[in-house]
Amino acid sequence: MRIVVLVKQVPSTDKVKMDEKTGTMVRSAMEAELNPLDLYAVEEAVRIKEKTEGTEITVMSMGPPSATYAIREAIAMGCDKGVLLSDSAFAGADTWATASTLSSGVKKLGEFDLLLSGERATDGETGQVGPSVAAQLDMPALTYVSKIREIGDGKIVVERAIEGGHEVVESSLPALLSVVKEINEPRMPNLTGKIRARKTEVIVMTAKEIGLDPSRTGLTGSPTRVVKIFYPSISRNGMIVDGKDPEKTVEQLLQFLNDKSFT
Amino acid sequence: MKINEGTFQGVWTLGEQREGDISSVSYELLAWGRELADKRGTTLASVILGHNIEEKAENLIHHGADIVYVVDHPGLEHFTPDVHSAILEKLVREVMPEIFIASATTYGRTVMPVLAARIETGLTADCTLLDIEQDTGLLIQTRPAIGGNVMATIKTPEHRPQMSTVRPRSKKPLPSDESRKGKIVLKEYPDEQYVSKVKFIEFIKEETTALPIQEADIIVSGGKGLKDAKSFNLIYELADLLNSSVGASRQAVDMGWIPYSHQVGLSGKTVSPRLYIAIGISGAVQHLAGMSPSDVVVAINNDPDAGIFRVCDFGIVGDIFEILPVFIEKLRERKATSSKGGS
Repeated sequence: MRIVVLVKQVPSTDKVKMDEKTGTMVRSAMEAELNPLDLYAVEEAVRIKEKTEGTEITVMSMGPPSATYAIREAIAMGCDKGVLLSDSAFAGADTWATASTLSSGVKKLGEFDLLLSGERATDGETGQVGPSVAAQLDMPALTYVSKIREIGDGKIVVERAIEGGHEVVESSLPALLSVVKEINEPRMPNLTGKIRARKTEVIVMTAKEIGLDPSRTGLTGSPTRVVKIFYPSISRNGMIVDGKDPEKTVEQLLQFLNDKSFT
Repeated sequence: MKINEGTFQGVWTLGEQREGDISSVSYELLAWGRELADKRGTTLASVILGHNIEEKAENLIHHGADIVYVVDHPGLEHFTPDVHSAILEKLVREVMPEIFIASATTYGRTVMPVLAARIETGLTADCTLLDIEQDTGLLIQTRPAIGGNVMATIKTPEHRPQMSTVRPRSKKPLPSDESRKGKIVLKEYPDEQYVSKVKFIEFIKEETTALPIQEADIIVSGGKGLKDAKSFNLIYELADLLNSSVGASRQAVDMGWIPYSHQVGLSGKTVSPRLYIAIGISGAVQHLAGMSPSDVVVAINNDPDAGIFRVCDFGIVGDIFEILPVFIEKLRERKATSSKGGS
């Protein structure tokens, strides 16, 4: 079985810089890590590999050259190969252009059975890239997957965590699965894994190498434009009291709740 | 689709159904859509895909739609991402709406990105504000960005339709008006269009007696300020006394103090209780985005500069470990007195 896991490198701190002119993130010069929600996709791929002989897992990401770090984290957990799509032409991509880039990269890899992604990235929080890649590769997007019941013989049975319960569906392969936290408990990479990750070469590919028309990627290829970034000024102008005297403050609070008829 | 491929007009909302019943998010979306359509001076249409729903379409008109496009077929009874998005694609290409919004439910969050990818247009997730720009008529989409610490305003200048999702329960539905008149358009496609690669097997209903926090009347929510799982029990104690549900910030969930289903915020649930009590929660934009529809907000935090104080009606700047025990004790006393008096 051939599996491709799509991952993203995200800022690991809250101190993110913005380019005010383009309204996009400045990704260089900040601490970064593998998107925590992608760990579940990586773990699930490794679990399939442990059960299915002859499985090969490729981790793929789009990002600056430094994103090889995130790819190596996934290799350390048990993935076999790493591919980074990196080109200045990719910069500023929205979810559509990111999906367009990733799907070109996946196509370049050739045939595969399963595409895995996390539910969303912790920085952009859109959750749109996985399903968009599935659409561009013309395969079903099975989102919010909380369990793989069966896999093999060109089909898969999964449980999806949706409003009010779990929906069980069967799909033909290849398919894209975006997985939720519920699916597993990601492992910590062991020493052997870390050494292997260090020794594994991460293949870096440019727009030209994946045969992607530059008009379909990066800021140029993005249908959406961030026009403004601002700090919100929602305000209720409530009463703020100093809590140095807990007794007195709590009485005030109870009075407030009483006035609003809550107690 | 590019803007110059034709004349795009009208605002669309994506209706949702479960087992032939129209979900309430469909009506919430119409409240969003009505504002936009009126500002743009255009019609509001709702699209609904399902089986045995034709007769219920009228409800969408009562809640604000001018037109309802209904695709009713046994093949649409359950959600199949490939078929649902393919049918929507046909409809969009045929009718060419200018704006298309959906709810950020698991359905909307799946079908909308697939649709946007297929018709090559932009999609903005989880908008907290939608508006029409006066001079250009463009859809102005505002959402929290970069981990939810700032807001971003996003436009889709050259592609149509302009597509967005909004959080469920982020707006109250308009009251139903049974005298409202509108047009119901039934759309039919050849049977082979409904053949999916995905087959529904079963639905396992969650067996929980606890009220989901989205429906709670009062929520007591705890954050990073609680410091550890043991102290987080104070939140449960307080919630118990107030007969309320328990919520949490992302940090509290990430620390493993409480399950994800309690998370309030952009990456969790949007809640709209009558009373929201935030304890030890600093109030990152991503959290505020999930609780700002609350009627009354109380905040307790030791940092006077915490963002939560900007959105509260009553705030206490102080040590939660000093204030909470007193609060709990006094509520307990009151309860004891009132039950004595009542018996």
